Amino acid sequence: MAFLEMRHIRKTFGSTVANDDVSLSVERGEIHALLGENGAGKSTLMNILYGMYPADSGEILLNGRQLHLAGTKDAIANGIGMVHQHFMLIPEQTVIENVILGNRGNPFVLNLKEQARRFTELAAKYGMEVDPWCRVDQLSVGQQQRLEILKALYKNAEILILDEPTAVLTPQEVQGLFRMMRQLTDSGCTILFITHKLPEIMDVCTRCTILRQGRTVCSMPILPGADQHELAVRMVGQEVELALHKQAAHPGEEVLRVTGLHCARSDGVEAVRGVDFSVRSGEIVGICGVDGNGQSELIRCITGLLRPSAGEISICGTDCSGAGVKRILRQGVSHIPEDRLKMAVVKEMDLCENMILMHYDQEPVCRHGFLSWRAARLQGEKICRTYQVRMSSLTQAVQELSGGNQQKLVVGRELAQDPKLLIAVHPSRGLDIGATKYIQNSIIAARDRGAAVLMVSTELEEVMELSDRILVMFNGCIMADIRQADATREKLGALMAGIKGGQTCGS
Amino acid sequence: MKRICAKASGFFTAAVSILLACVITGILMYGMGYNPLDAYYQLFFGAVVGLSALSESVVKMVPLVFTGLSFAIAKRSGLVNLGATGQLYIGALCTTVVGVYVTGLPAALHIPLALAAGCAGGAAYGAVVGFLKNRFQANELITTIMLNEIATELVNCLVDGPMKDLDALTKFPQSKAILDSAVLPKILTGTRLHAGFLLALLAVALYGVFMKRTKWGYELRVVGMNPSAARTAGMSVQRTQLLAMLLAGGFAGLAGSIEMLAIQKRLMQSFAGNLGFDGIAVALLGGNQPLGILLSAFLFGMMSNGSNKMQMLSNVPSAVIYLMQGLIILFVVGRYLYSKKLWEGLIPQRKSRREEVRP
Repeated sequence: MAFLEMRHIRKTFGSTVANDDVSLSVERGEIHALLGENGAGKSTLMNILYGMYPADSGEILLNGRQLHLAGTKDAIANGIGMVHQHFMLIPEQTVIENVILGNRGNPFVLNLKEQARRFTELAAKYGMEVDPWCRVDQLSVGQQQRLEILKALYKNAEILILDEPTAVLTPQEVQGLFRMMRQLTDSGCTILFITHKLPEIMDVCTRCTILRQGRTVCSMPILPGADQHELAVRMVGQEVELALHKQAAHPGEEVLRVTGLHCARSDGVEAVRGVDFSVRSGEIVGICGVDGNGQSELIRCITGLLRPSAGEISICGTDCSGAGVKRILRQGVSHIPEDRLKMAVVKEMDLCENMILMHYDQEPVCRHGFLSWRAARLQGEKICRTYQVRMSSLTQAVQELSGGNQQKLVVGRELAQDPKLLIAVHPSRGLDIGATKYIQNSIIAARDRGAAVLMVSTELEEVMELSDRILVMFNGCIMADIRQADATREKLGALMAGIKGGQTCGS
Repeated sequence: MKRICAKASGFFTAAVSILLACVITGILMYGMGYNPLDAYYQLFFGAVVGLSALSESVVKMVPLVFTGLSFAIAKRSGLVNLGATGQLYIGALCTTVVGVYVTGLPAALHIPLALAAGCAGGAAYGAVVGFLKNRFQANELITTIMLNEIATELVNCLVDGPMKDLDALTKFPQSKAILDSAVLPKILTGTRLHAGFLLALLAVALYGVFMKRTKWGYELRVVGMNPSAARTAGMSVQRTQLLAMLLAGGFAGLAGSIEMLAIQKRLMQSFAGNLGFDGIAVALLGGNQPLGILLSAFLFGMMSNGSNKMQMLSNVPSAVIYLMQGLIILFVVGRYLYSKKLWEGLIPQRKSRREEVRP
């Protein structure tokens, strides 16, 4: 009898089947990976286990006893804790206030000191010191994640669900997390680990269950030296093309040059501090770094969304520092923004209306202020065909497409403009393997057609595979400019953490 | 197909709201001791049966079309314009000034000039809201309400002071009458139906074309639905919203203008009643869509016209109509509570997949 069993779980949302007969069995003390592409039903399954929503049918057994979870409270009472991909913390409150959130104690008196003492003891036991009186927004992302784990442990969690915990961490922080996970299982915890990154599973997990399209594909132990490729095939369900079709770059003339760029965030903190680099046509320059080290502000400056406080940006030899978005786009710049739903599409509008978003005021779509929907439709059909956007019709609202198809639409729309300079921020964030490879190959194809590509990504693999040159950003500065051939994970990881030649940089 | 479905679903929601409001109002009337069936019969009869009743409903509808458009166009750009009342008064004021004090023009010039003055006055007044928002981030909910007060009080002062008609026998606070050369002509003899109706139809058509077919309308919609995507595409959110407020003010100004030139003929205190705020209801019920606005403006015009007949013949106080209008709006605003389930129940084969599916 397994420690935790989920049997024949089925869950539908409207007419979409998220889980269709999923079974999962987990032994006490193991790190069990839940592997699957986007939309395979991993998060749905775990949300059911955490009591977030009820299953349509199926049963959950803990120690052979059937569980009825009416809400997260029941799950917590049964020792199940979950760390969500997006942290559920209140940044303006202190650590301890966040920890006790939702705890039932004395209904009239709040004894924070006593709680803080107990919390510190617990944290010390696992070697994860966090100051209980510190405000959460002063913690680093890694510390916040630690806090989320401690929060669950404080509520006596024995089964810990981690939903893509590594997405926001540096490689070093990932190693720290893995150490922590091993320590937790040593002291009796059971961990369910959601991911779609194969190397991580090889690193830390003892067993894994693979889901595909809402069904369990298989459950297998992870032995040292197991075959990643086999896991990938089982996850995707067909032979996957993992390779990129990339030949050596033939850089041409300089398209983008950034000199001495400084810029401040809206709260006055300087986010970019003196950045110099250039991108030539026919090459891909990747910027890597942990989220929030100034990449976003740098890109906003180049695309005209943010006014730099000092420095110069020139595109194709024209000075564009402080120019408006439209003037910059007119220079032949295409922009795949960092946040798809927020910046790149209007999700209530239909595909056709979204197709013209970045060039709605240019011929042939717009003549004398009037829009030609016929021209827009022609363009839209072509883009959908070329970039394999799966849709039922152009009058469909964009929000009805899957995330991968939305991103293909955005990438297709931008590449169809045949840009001189392509700025791609997290071009494959949140996409499954198939879509990711497709988009990466499209970007390489654009490079081979002579575009200069500036790419930002937090995924080391993506940057290392795709870029011809890699810039590492830390704390608003560029730490290094490395050729693809010279880049290693360790080197980049150290630079991303601000360590250069054995010394820590930055403030 | 999806488009048609979405449109049909809008009409469906509106119909359900109206029906529910009728039922509840009926129950209330019954509780108060009236016969709801008789009341509804009189209401309907008084509003549409016969040329004079029907034309009077249309007359009542005309200003509502304009104030409805005023709310709708601002809403599409992401602003809530509660200031149609103020813009309408300023529009009426400007029109009156032109209609009374500019003399010696032929009607073919005087009417367009008076209308243009009203439209421009309303637009300028609407632009104040946009300016305050852009310059000082002033919330338009508050500025529009405040500007309403200013406009109505300004008109109150003027018609009791500098613009007061001293020649009239009564010392009623009102302006001189609009000159004959500025009065909008009737288009149906024996009724009060005037050329303003044609202008209303034209305005609705222009609104539809503007929103769907021009780049400015496209900008306006993108800004309203996703301002950060608009910025990324190089649109100016501020300029677009200012344009929306200009147009919103222009529409509301025309409402006042046409009321003045066709119906009231004199500027007086609180002549517009609830026209400004009823426009919000019209736009909400009409889903901010051109055809929807036209139909719901007609419905509201019908109700306000029929209610007099109802009061006379069934003794039901005409205030009941306001109650019913309020209920309609409640049901439209609260449509998410019932519309989706009902609608999906009616069309099971085309279930919408709006529900978020977590990966």
